[in-house]
Amino acid sequence: MKKSYYLLIICLTSVISTPGQTTPENDRSAYQNYFKQKFPSIELKEFINGIYILDSSLREYWEAIEEFPPYETAIEEGEIAFNNHKILKQCFPKATQGIVQNYPHFDRNTAQVITLPLAINTCLAKHGKPELDYQQNTIIQMLAYLTYQSRGKRIATKIPSAAAKNAYDKGMEFYYARRGQLNLACAHCHVDNAGQRMRAELLSPGLGQPSHFPVYRAKWGGMGSLHRQFERCNKRVRAKPFDLQSEEYRNLEYFLTYMSNGLTWNGPSVRD
Amino acid sequence: MKNQTVLNLAINILIFFLLSSISASRISFGETQASLIAQGKKIAFNRKKGNCLACHAIKGGSLPGNIGPPLINMRDRYPDKEQLQTQIWDPTQYNQHSIMPPFGKHEILTKEELDKVVEFVYSL
Ligand code: HEC
Ligand code: HEC
Repeated sequence: MKKSYYLLIICLTSVISTPGQTTPENDRSAYQNYFKQKFPSIELKEFINGIYILDSSLREYWEAIEEFPPYETAIEEGEIAFNNHKILKQCFPKATQGIVQNYPHFDRNTAQVITLPLAINTCLAKHGKPELDYQQNTIIQMLAYLTYQSRGKRIATKIPSAAAKNAYDKGMEFYYARRGQLNLACAHCHVDNAGQRMRAELLSPGLGQPSHFPVYRAKWGGMGSLHRQFERCNKRVRAKPFDLQSEEYRNLEYFLTYMSNGLTWNGPSVRD
Repeated sequence: MKNQTVLNLAINILIFFLLSSISASRISFGETQASLIAQGKKIAFNRKKGNCLACHAIKGGSLPGNIGPPLINMRDRYPDKEQLQTQIWDPTQYNQHSIMPPFGKHEILTKEELDKVVEFVYSL
């Protein structure tokens, strides 16, 4: 009896690409199954590689770039910057073993989603040090360094409480809401039309997207954070972007990362 | 008698203004159909305006996207031009989940621009 009920849920959720009012775990399996069915020849673990899983000639070009990755200096500079901020070593004693897999998480005390950049600034502020600008290189290079230490670790976002579920729900709502003058939701481009071309640009599947930030983009002339990408994609549809590390973007990151649970951390990376 | 001429005059003035406002709301006399189509094409291809090539293959446009269907045989697809106008004005009227932006409803294009785009698309 229980088993058939479970099967029914699977069948229903795999038909509807928009996760319903179910549990986050059901949402996640529906989301991942949707992409498995849409791209049956692509292994699940490959989805961390964005557009490069969709086009073999792009992939070759990308693999060639990865041999001398343009984010390498960011990792080195980030390590120096991190070590120069002595207090950060105290706040994050396990940094060298990789801490990225612990973010984003829901903090019970402050009742909000904590991302790694926010945790860095919270640490600095708590010890009377000036906070870092989320748009500037220093923090992005630190992220490149810290992310690199976590490469290969599993994405395992947790939703431990009703308050956390609430933040997740808000992130999900953001993801499926139409916005901007062009009236498009994230899901229109990265779920419904993943793999299609918008003008010359391939649309990457939403699955795996948060796994490899910060990314180096030639267009950006350097590295950018996940929230900078959110800003970029909001502007694309002529919507007013939110501040980097705003509550809206942190909730969105929480939802999006949860959807990628089971894949691996793979940052920093390079994208066209 | 005098009243009659005043009335006549008033009616004439009224008719004059009505006529001139109609011709002003139309596109001015000098513009031919071909020029409307050419202007519509420019608007449709302009990335900051229609940017229709983002999603549609269109004759004469390079590197089109493939999110929407190629725009061909529009006269056969839309015997009623009004419906084509609606599709571009607000596609959600036909498909609630449409990814195509509502060019008229969200004022991405002005009414005049949209009319020209319709002329262009109808010529495909
Ligand atoms: C109008 C289409 C469109 C919309 C809407 C859109 N994006 Fe994007 N997005 C793109 C394109 C094009 C790219 C660059 C190619 C790619 O990697 O998908 C991109 C890239 C990304 C990337 C980087 C992928 C990678 O592998 O590095 C992320 C993350 C992302 N988008 C998230 C979002 C989120 C979250 C939203 C909603 C807030 C959103 N996008 C809305 C078109 C869109
Ligand atoms: C972001 C993607 C996108 C953009 C930009 C876009 N369209 Fe579309 N269009 C679509 C999709 C998808 C459809 C399929 C029907 C639907 O979902 O509304 C469509 C359908 C159409 C149709 C109906 C085609 C048919 O055979 O029934 C016409 C006509 C059309 N679009 C014209 C335009 C014009 C003109 C522009 C630019 C001013 C434009 N579109 C821009 C995505 C787009």
